[in-house]
Amino acid sequence: MKTVRIANGQGFWGDSLQAPIELVRRGPIDYLTLDYLAEITMSIMQKQRARDPLAGYARDFVALIEEILPDLVERNIKVVANAGGVNPEACRDAVIEAARRRGFGGKVKIGVVAGDDIMSSLDDFIRRGVELKNQETGEPLASVRPQVQSANVYFGGRDIAEALDKGGQIIIAGRVTDTGLSLGPMIHEFGWARDDWDRLSAGTIAGHTVECGAQCTGGNCLIDWETIPNMADIGYPIIEAEPDGSFVITKHSGTGGRITVASIKEQLLYEMGDPREYITPDCVADFTTIHLEQAGLDRVRFSGIKGRPATDLYKVSVSYSAGWKAVGSLVYGWPDAYKKARAADRVVRERLDRLGLRFDSVLTEFVGVDACHGALSGPPSADIAEVTFRIGVRSKDKRAVERFTREVAPLVLNGPPTVTGFAAGRAKAEEIIAYWPALIPKSEVQSKISVIEA
Amino acid sequence: MARMKLLQLAHARSGDKGDTANVGLIAYKPEYYSILVEQVTAERVKEHFKGICLGEVERFEVPNLHALNFLLHESLDGGGTLSLKTDAQGKTYSTALLRMEIEVDDSLARQLSE
Repeated sequence: MKTVRIANGQGFWGDSLQAPIELVRRGPIDYLTLDYLAEITMSIMQKQRARDPLAGYARDFVALIEEILPDLVERNIKVVANAGGVNPEACRDAVIEAARRRGFGGKVKIGVVAGDDIMSSLDDFIRRGVELKNQETGEPLASVRPQVQSANVYFGGRDIAEALDKGGQIIIAGRVTDTGLSLGPMIHEFGWARDDWDRLSAGTIAGHTVECGAQCTGGNCLIDWETIPNMADIGYPIIEAEPDGSFVITKHSGTGGRITVASIKEQLLYEMGDPREYITPDCVADFTTIHLEQAGLDRVRFSGIKGRPATDLYKVSVSYSAGWKAVGSLVYGWPDAYKKARAADRVVRERLDRLGLRFDSVLTEFVGVDACHGALSGPPSADIAEVTFRIGVRSKDKRAVERFTREVAPLVLNGPPTVTGFAAGRAKAEEIIAYWPALIPKSEVQSKISVIEA
Repeated sequence: MARMKLLQLAHARSGDKGDTANVGLIAYKPEYYSILVEQVTAERVKEHFKGICLGEVERFEVPNLHALNFLLHESLDGGGTLSLKTDAQGKTYSTALLRMEIEVDDSLARQLSE
């Protein structure tokens, strides 16, 4: 039976630079997938492109390809990445240049999945009654239209598969689902039909399992965490996919980390909504049908997965400017560390009041006491060694937030004693780019898929 | 009957979707799953996260994984980039749930304390 090995070497933009290189060099894989896009990333990239028409994608990706291209060509490893951000064509051109620099001009085909950027069509949609309502609040997009910074549709595995079908070896996508990066190669390799809901769901669940990289191989794993071997050299995940929709999650031998049924369960539930209704552009996967089985050391087999038909809607990710925020912090030392930190909080708040500053939100946390679990942590020991006083504000008024940033540092001279930790500099006012989740009929958008030779 | 923390019967992982946190709660052993189903109700979780979760709590059963999934709405100070919280993504809510006390029969309590 044909087994296809699909590895994921990047769980988010900022994940290990080394992981994808190790995946390519430490054992056999057929595909390397890389997820670079979080919701916030699209708006950052949109800003970069506004300043420079050749920017707006994950530059790390180009450097990575330049490094591993000889391995990719020699062993015919294919790469699928959403590194294109808001400018997949520019990303492709940069990869082509990198390929030529390394002497691979004419030896590698590069595919692009674009068409996800609907920013220029928003007004037309709104005029025609496509409201792009916020899925959480129900408000129509028109209410924040002037603040919108980016708007992208999530394409799926089918679009990735099409680029692979056209002969692409390196596929650069804009906004696609994280799960689609892994499902696409399976559709391409196994020829799964558009309505083969069970297998499409299996591929989607495989993609969900590996989309956060090492979070399924022992990273951020609670169960038996202290005995997880060699975390410094943690292996990133590999899907061994089979045509019938069953698959094994594993990692290269000799790497650190751990893959057990229990550790896999943790990742399956990560960012989960209704487990019967995991909605993607390709299908609706049902996580309650998964059968898991330990199939050797660091190998977990998935089988029995069922799914249902895809919906008629694409998910849309809109980013918009939603005001300003700033966070400042100071550290208070023993004795009475918590009392001093609370006194500092009262002082700052009183000063903000005297200045007449109004905020949409002011939040105080005492790190070491309540920042993670709030009141559930109970009162701290009276002898606690140190407490970090952390205060944040949020407002539509940039000036109020900027004024706030001048009110924390002075406490080291004019507030409670035994205080330090201001060397990091004062708090900075930061623009909030918020996320607006919406849906759009699939008939309103069309992916654009092209493949060219480097 | 004896009281003990969920920590002794289950592990967990949590994450975010906007202003909603999700907590996946997984029984260490299949035989503990029914205890979770019976005692870790949406109402109790809402009460447990008082002051943190300002909205509704939804519970989903995932019997094949011997797990429950909870959605804690309005729990992340607006969520994502809006949030002023250290834990804006609710990543530590997993173990916050494991602080909950539940009741188990004496023989299981003895077994777990060995």
